[in-house]
Amino acid sequence: MSTTTPLAKAAGGTADFFDTRVGAGKMVKEFARKVFPDHWSFLLGEIALYSFVVLLLTGTFLTMFFVPSMTEVHYPEDALPVAMRGVEMSEAFASTLNMSFHVRGGLLMRQIHHWAALLFMASIVTHMMRVFFTGAFRKPRELNWVVGFTILILGLAAGFTGYSLPDDVLSGNGLRITDGVVKSIPVIGSYMSFMIFGGEFPGTEIIPRLFTAHILLVPALILALIAVHLVLIVVHKHTQYPGPGRSNRNVVGYPLFPVYVAKAGGFFFVVFGVLAIMGATLAINSVWAYGPYDPSPVGAGAQPDWYMLFLEGSLRLMPGQPEFVIAGYTISLNVLIPAVVIPGLLFTALAAYPFLEAWVTGDKREHHVLDRPRNVPTRTGVGVAILTAFIILVLAGSNDILATHFNLSINSITWVFRFLFFAGPVIAFIVTKRLCLALQRRDRELVLHGHETGRVVRFASGEYIEVHQPLTDHERWLLVGHEPVRPLEIGPGENERGVARPAYKKAVRRSKLSNFFFADRVEPVTPSELAASHGHGEHEEIESAESNEGLLTNASTRG
Amino acid sequence: MSDLTKSEHVTPPGASDPLSVGERELDRFPNPGLPEHKHRLSDESEAGSKRVERQIVILFVLSLLASIGGVVGYFAFPVGVTLGSVQASTLSIGLGLGVGMLGIGIAAVHWAKALMSDVEQVDERHAQRSDDATRAAAVQALKDGADDSRIARRPVLKGALVSAVAVAPLAFVVPLVGNLGGDWNVSKFRYTMWGPGVRLARDPDGGLIRPEQVTIGSVWHVIPDGLLGSEHMLEEKAKAVVLMVRMNPTELTEAPERADWSWDGIVAYSKVCTHVGCPVALYEQQTHHLLCPCHQSTFDVSDGAKVVFGPAKRALPQLPITVDDEGYLVARSDFTEMVGPSTWERERYTDLPVSDEEKAH
Repeated sequence: MSTTTPLAKAAGGTADFFDTRVGAGKMVKEFARKVFPDHWSFLLGEIALYSFVVLLLTGTFLTMFFVPSMTEVHYPEDALPVAMRGVEMSEAFASTLNMSFHVRGGLLMRQIHHWAALLFMASIVTHMMRVFFTGAFRKPRELNWVVGFTILILGLAAGFTGYSLPDDVLSGNGLRITDGVVKSIPVIGSYMSFMIFGGEFPGTEIIPRLFTAHILLVPALILALIAVHLVLIVVHKHTQYPGPGRSNRNVVGYPLFPVYVAKAGGFFFVVFGVLAIMGATLAINSVWAYGPYDPSPVGAGAQPDWYMLFLEGSLRLMPGQPEFVIAGYTISLNVLIPAVVIPGLLFTALAAYPFLEAWVTGDKREHHVLDRPRNVPTRTGVGVAILTAFIILVLAGSNDILATHFNLSINSITWVFRFLFFAGPVIAFIVTKRLCLALQRRDRELVLHGHETGRVVRFASGEYIEVHQPLTDHERWLLVGHEPVRPLEIGPGENERGVARPAYKKAVRRSKLSNFFFADRVEPVTPSELAASHGHGEHEEIESAESNEGLLTNASTRG
Repeated sequence: MSDLTKSEHVTPPGASDPLSVGERELDRFPNPGLPEHKHRLSDESEAGSKRVERQIVILFVLSLLASIGGVVGYFAFPVGVTLGSVQASTLSIGLGLGVGMLGIGIAAVHWAKALMSDVEQVDERHAQRSDDATRAAAVQALKDGADDSRIARRPVLKGALVSAVAVAPLAFVVPLVGNLGGDWNVSKFRYTMWGPGVRLARDPDGGLIRPEQVTIGSVWHVIPDGLLGSEHMLEEKAKAVVLMVRMNPTELTEAPERADWSWDGIVAYSKVCTHVGCPVALYEQQTHHLLCPCHQSTFDVSDGAKVVFGPAKRALPQLPITVDDEGYLVARSDFTEMVGPSTWERERYTDLPVSDEEKAH
C-alpha cells in the first residue's frame, strides 16, 4: 500500500466514513462474496423484479401528464388524433391522448409501461411454475411462497386498476363487468357497487379512486412484499438444482461480487432494453381507436389483458340456469360461481399447496436441493392439471376470436370448453403422472445399463451385442441422488390394550392422501441394484446366447 | 404424526438434523462431489481473452451511441404535428433507450460469462432453526418482558387494552367507508329516465324517431329524449340505453299481457345485459338473435328477448312503447323491472304496473 493513488485514498476514506457510522465493513464482508447458484430458470423471478422497476420508472413519467379526473371536456379542435377532435370525453381520456400525441416520448412510455405490465405478470406466473414444479416451496420456504403468491394477486390488482385508468370504451366495459359481478354478491352487492363507484355506475369517482390504488396503495404493497421476498431469499440462501457436489448442506455457485453484480445487474438492462424496444416498435392499447367511455357501444372481439382472460373465460363458460330467487331474494350463482368460486378455488389451491404437501409427506426437514419434476409425479401432475384448467379458461376467454378465426360456431366452442374444463385437468393429471413415471423408468434404465454406444460387436459364437458405456459417478448422481418417498403406513386403529387411538380418522385420511401421492412410484437405483444388474447382465448374456437372440443390453458392465 | 408408523427408511432421522435430506446411511450412492473445473478458451489464451474484452468494449460503445441517438431523437422530431412525427419520435427515442440499455446489459452479462472467473464456489448452509440455548434465551427474554410489564393476573387491564385497540380504528374506518358510497340509495338502480311519454331518440345524436322511419329488419340504438346534456348523463345512459328492432308482426311472439307494448312489429328492449351489464349490441337479422359481445349471452328478440344461450338467466327487460299525438315513438312507462345485472334485492322491483301515474319518483 506504499503506492497509494488518490483514487484509492478517496475510496478508503469513503469506506471508513460508512464503516464508522453504519458498520458497512461487516455488511460487505457478509454479502460481497455470498454464493448464488446459477440456472436459467432462476432468471424468471428476476424478470418480474426488473419489469416492476421499469413499471415504477415509466409509471412515474406517466403520472406527470395523466389527469385522473372524470370531468367532461371537449378534446381541442387542433389536437391529434384527428378523429377525436371536438369529441366529449373525460379529462382522464383527454390527458391520455395528449400524453400520447403531444408529449415527446409519452406514447413510448405508455407502451413500455403496458408491455412491462404484461411481462411482469407473465414472469411471475412462469417463476411460480418453476418454484412449484421443482418443489422450491418446501420447508423452509413455505412463507416465501405465500409472499410470492400475494404479489401475484397484487399484480392482478395493479393490472386491473391501471387498465381502467384511460377511461376508454374497453376499460369502461371492464369496469361495467366488475360492477355486474359485485352486484351479484348476496346481501351487500348493491351497496358494494355504490361503495366502489361512489354511487351509481359509472359516477365521477372511480377513476380518481383507481388512480390512488394504482399509483400508491398497490405498488407500495408490492414493493414491501418484494423486499420481504428478497430478504427471505438471503435468509434461506437460494435453492439449487441437484448435481454432483451439490447437497442440502451447501450452496454451489458464483459470488455476488463480481459475477452476479454483472449478471443480474446486466440482466436489468437487458429487460429494460427489450421492453423499451417493444414500446418503440409494438403498438399497444391505442385507446383512440376505441374512443372515450360511453355506456352504449361495445366492440366485438374485445379482449382484456392476458392475465384477466381466465376470469373472462370463466364468466363465458358458465351456463345461465343457476340464478335462483329464494324467498324474494336473488342469488346469481351464474355470476358468483365463475367470478368468485372458481378463481377462489384455483388460488386457494395454489396458496395452500406447500402446506398440503408438507402435511401429506410428514417431512419436517429443510429442502434446499430442487426436485426434478419427474421425480415427484403426483405434484407435477397436480401442477399441470391446475395449469390446464387455467389455460382452458384463458382460451374460453378468447372463444369469440377462436370462432371468427377458425370459422367455428361459438356455441359449440363454448360447449367443448365446458366439457374440457372438467375433463382436461383430469386427463392432464393422468398423462403427466404417467409421463413422469416413464421418464423415471428411463433414468433407471440408463443407470442400470449405461449409454448406448452404437458399437455393435460380434462374438466368436456368432452373437451380436451392442456395447454399453456405463455412466460415470458424476453422470449417475443426477439420476440416483433423490430420495424415494413412500406412502405413510397407518398403524392399527387401537392400541395394545384395545383402546381406540385418538384422531385415528384423521390419520386414515392422511394415509389415503399419502397413498394418492406416492403409491405409484419408481425408486432411484440403489448401489446394490446396480451391482445385482451387473450380475444379472452376465446371466442374461448366457441366456441370450443360448436362445440366440443376440440382444444384450449391458454387455459393457460385465466383469 | 404419532398416529402413523412409517415404513422403514422413509422416516428421516427427523428434526434432530433438519438438513439431513439425501443422507440416509442405507443403501445409497454417495455424492461424488464437484466435477473438475473446465477452463474456457478465454482463460487459456491471451488472444481469446483480448477478443472477449474487445467485444465487451464494442457493446458498451454501441450502447453509448444509441443513448445519444435517443436524445437526438427527442430534439429532432416534433410531436403533435402529424402522426408520422409522433411515430418517428416514439421510434427514435425508444430505440435509443432500448439499444442503450440492451448494450450495457449484454456487455455486462458477456463479461460475467466469458471474462470473470467461473470457478464454482461453495458456501455452507445452516439450518434455520435457532439452537436450543438461543431458543431458551428468547423465551426467557419474553418472560422477563412480560414480568416487567406486570400484566400477569390483571385480566381487567388486558380486557381494557384489547377493547380499546379493537374499537379505536372504527373512528377511522366508519367515516371512510361511510363516505365511499355517496348517498347509499341503491333503489336508484330501479329507475331510469324512461317514463310515460318520453320520446325515443337516436343514440348518439338524439334525433327523434317516427315509426315509419323504422324499416323491417333494421336495428336502432335508442336513448331517451332529453338525456343529452342532462345531469348525470353517463349514469342515466348506462341504465336507459335501449335497442329497438322492427320485424314482421307475424314473426313476433308476444305475451298476452305485453300485447300493447310493441308498435306494429317495433319492439324495444333494454340494451344492458342481464348477466353482468355489458351493452348487448350485436343483432342478427335472420335469427332475430341479440348477442352480448362480452360473454355471448344470446337473446331472442322475436320471443320476449328470452335467453337462448350463454351465462345470462333472465330475459332483457322490455320497454313498453307507443306513438304520441305528434307521431313520434314514445315510452308508455319506465321499465317494469330493474335493468341490468341481478342484485340481491332486485325482485322487490319487479312487476310494477305500467300505469301513467306510476312514475312518482
